[in-house]
Amino acid sequence: MTVNKTSPESIRQTKAVMEEIRRITTRPWNIMEICGGQTHSIMEYGLDQLLPEEINLIHGPGCPVCVTSLELIERALQIAAVPGVIFTSFGDMLRVPGSSSDLFGARARGADVRLVYSPLDAVKLAQENPDKQVVFFAVGFETTVPAIAASLLHTEKLGLKNFSILPANVLVPPAMHAILQSPDNRVNAFLAAGHVCAIMGYWQYEPIAEKYQTPMVVTGFDPLDLAIGILMNIRQLEEGRYEVENAYPRYVTRAGNLTAQGMINQVFKPVDRQWRGIGTIPLSGLGLKEAYSHFDAGTRFDIQLAQLQESPLCIAGSVLRGVAKPINCYAFGTLCTPSNPLGAPMVSAEGACSAYYRYHKVN
Amino acid sequence: MDVNFPVMEGPVCPIPISQHQHIVIGHGSGGVLTHDLIRNVFQKHLGNVILNQGNDAALLRMWQEIPEEQNLVVSTDAHIVSPLFFAGGDIGRLAICGTVNDVSMLGAVPKFLTATFILEEGFPISDLECILVSMAKAAEEAQVKIVAADTKVTEKGKSDGIFISTTGIGWVDRQYQISGQSALPGDVVILSGPIGNHGIAVAEARGNLGFRSQIQSDVAPLNSMIAALLGAVPNVHVLRDPTRGGLATTLVEIACQSKVTIRLQEESIPVDRDVRSACEMLGLDPLFMANEGKLIVIVPSDNAELALETLRKHPYGQKAVPIGFVESVSDGQLLLKTPLGTTRHLDMLAGEMLPRIC
Amino acid sequence: MCLGIPGKVIEIYEIDGTLMSKVDFDGVVQEVCIATTPDAQVGQYILVHAGFALNVLSDHEASETLKILKDLQKFNKDYYGDQEIR
Repeated sequence: MTVNKTSPESIRQTKAVMEEIRRITTRPWNIMEICGGQTHSIMEYGLDQLLPEEINLIHGPGCPVCVTSLELIERALQIAAVPGVIFTSFGDMLRVPGSSSDLFGARARGADVRLVYSPLDAVKLAQENPDKQVVFFAVGFETTVPAIAASLLHTEKLGLKNFSILPANVLVPPAMHAILQSPDNRVNAFLAAGHVCAIMGYWQYEPIAEKYQTPMVVTGFDPLDLAIGILMNIRQLEEGRYEVENAYPRYVTRAGNLTAQGMINQVFKPVDRQWRGIGTIPLSGLGLKEAYSHFDAGTRFDIQLAQLQESPLCIAGSVLRGVAKPINCYAFGTLCTPSNPLGAPMVSAEGACSAYYRYHKVN
Repeated sequence: MDVNFPVMEGPVCPIPISQHQHIVIGHGSGGVLTHDLIRNVFQKHLGNVILNQGNDAALLRMWQEIPEEQNLVVSTDAHIVSPLFFAGGDIGRLAICGTVNDVSMLGAVPKFLTATFILEEGFPISDLECILVSMAKAAEEAQVKIVAADTKVTEKGKSDGIFISTTGIGWVDRQYQISGQSALPGDVVILSGPIGNHGIAVAEARGNLGFRSQIQSDVAPLNSMIAALLGAVPNVHVLRDPTRGGLATTLVEIACQSKVTIRLQEESIPVDRDVRSACEMLGLDPLFMANEGKLIVIVPSDNAELALETLRKHPYGQKAVPIGFVESVSDGQLLLKTPLGTTRHLDMLAGEMLPRIC
Repeated sequence: MCLGIPGKVIEIYEIDGTLMSKVDFDGVVQEVCIATTPDAQVGQYILVHAGFALNVLSDHEASETLKILKDLQKFNKDYYGDQEIR
């Protein structure tokens, strides 16, 4: 029952939905897909090319490695360089540039940096290497947090003393507030990220939709899912409604996954967090609760950070806030490419700049 | 009367162990151990009249074999792969096929190979034998002879098990104009079968991504299929095997070399169901995954049907399909038409292909 | 921001007290932690991210999206006839 994303039937339906969008659109609307995975799908299938000119998709800050602050990356690089540390990370984080290097560079200088698919693989490494300190770089939005919480609970069950995490997780609702409150905000509606909502549900978004009179549609990742999410948003905009609707009911309910939320609440608490290129957003990140603070690699290792410098050319901040498109950047595609990224959005496959570079039709 | 010979006192040199189970540093000394290793292990599996002469170089009496109007073709390739053994192949088969295929991509017939082995102290000789058996089998299949070989041993930790470098020699009829620069507008792009299998098979064998499947590497010598193809269609413009960087990177290279725009149709690019699924799971793109037994053929459209027919008759080309065409003269770009009818621009693989989670 | 793909649960077991499963993704089998979806049953489809289950696939036959598609199909047929939509 794994649906073929590009079966003739779903292609036909996607085109029909696009046709309907063209039919009902009467004026320009800016719709932000908050999630980088959706940006990736939109570019991969060229969905933006099928939309009427009035509809402008704005790429949101939902790329976890892109918004991870320079400070946390530098911290990661320094912890990785400590002798006896095995530093583990998801693949996307390995090439994100800090101010001096990336994790691959740290590995080339002798650090033991390893890619893992699941945080549990990092826990397994800690079991297998009792004489080493294993650190996991805990990036990701609400979708990834239960995996990290469950891994810490598992670590506790095992009584492992040599596993810790560098908490860098971030939350969607505070970022939505920040975007909608910004004086240069252009967003008229949101595609809410389906996989975040699979965990968190969407009741949290209802007060935001109401407060800012901004419609939101919980949306999946296949071309048809995305087309329907966009259509439902445009219907709301054209009809003057601002509700939270669910276009991804096969995995999302209003309440979300309560077991997973319970795990998050057991281990983590909201903290202020700095977003790369955006700044500090109050209570937008997750830190470890007192009872789990011994798992915090940030305190386990004594790290001194020097002054940090972003590339002066990079406009990642404006791109992440949806104010500028990657093609508006002077360095895009010339000084800044996926092989030689100046800023994080050019690194991750989910980053708006990388997605533009890889998929966008030239000329 | 019994004579008691005095027992020899003082230091006695122990005779070195000659039956090692593992590579020791002495295997690289050039002395007895090296000779034993060459005779008992390498020659046992790879030996032939030329190699067994044991000279410093191989004398190839090519004037007997090279017909007139032929050019010599040489290619060299170093092979490192982790792990050494994976579903569908191993570093030995890879070392033969990689170089055989590179020589074949100019339309040449590969004839001779040389091989250099860098062995790490401690490497199990049983593994070495498995690799050599596999090389011998692949060389036999490809009908090439290994005519010169060398072995060096590094201290433990200074290399990684075994590295194999091979050089291939072959010759090609001067009538062929096969080159990455020869693609012309109107040409058809043919792919010999599904992509991504090798990359995923190796990723699975590494074990750190924790998945299991029936996916096998496609590593294979393509020279007999190419010989059949050129027999039927001498007018082939480009031959290339999409190895590292995958189909997309290889086609971008060709587009840039030939200064043309190549347009592909996404639905027509074959990817096995389980390979596609593994790629989705890991956030990888099959278009950028490595292959070791696939062939890209670019031919004038008039010859495309015959080329396809010929490829499909060969065991390694049964699933050959046209995947696109050379659209126009440009400064070199690769475009992909998606199933939705939209167009996506493909670039070379940047850096390493990393599984992504977020 | 979060890659997630659906797979079918084919086996459930525990490792050191944590609920695990084998999940089949169309011919590729991966170990997935289902501590986050303890009610998942063998034979059900779950959405998997970073080796963990996000949620169990629900029966969405009566969902809003399917209704939209049905209405569209009907509308397009009325509006355009049987001709192929661009």
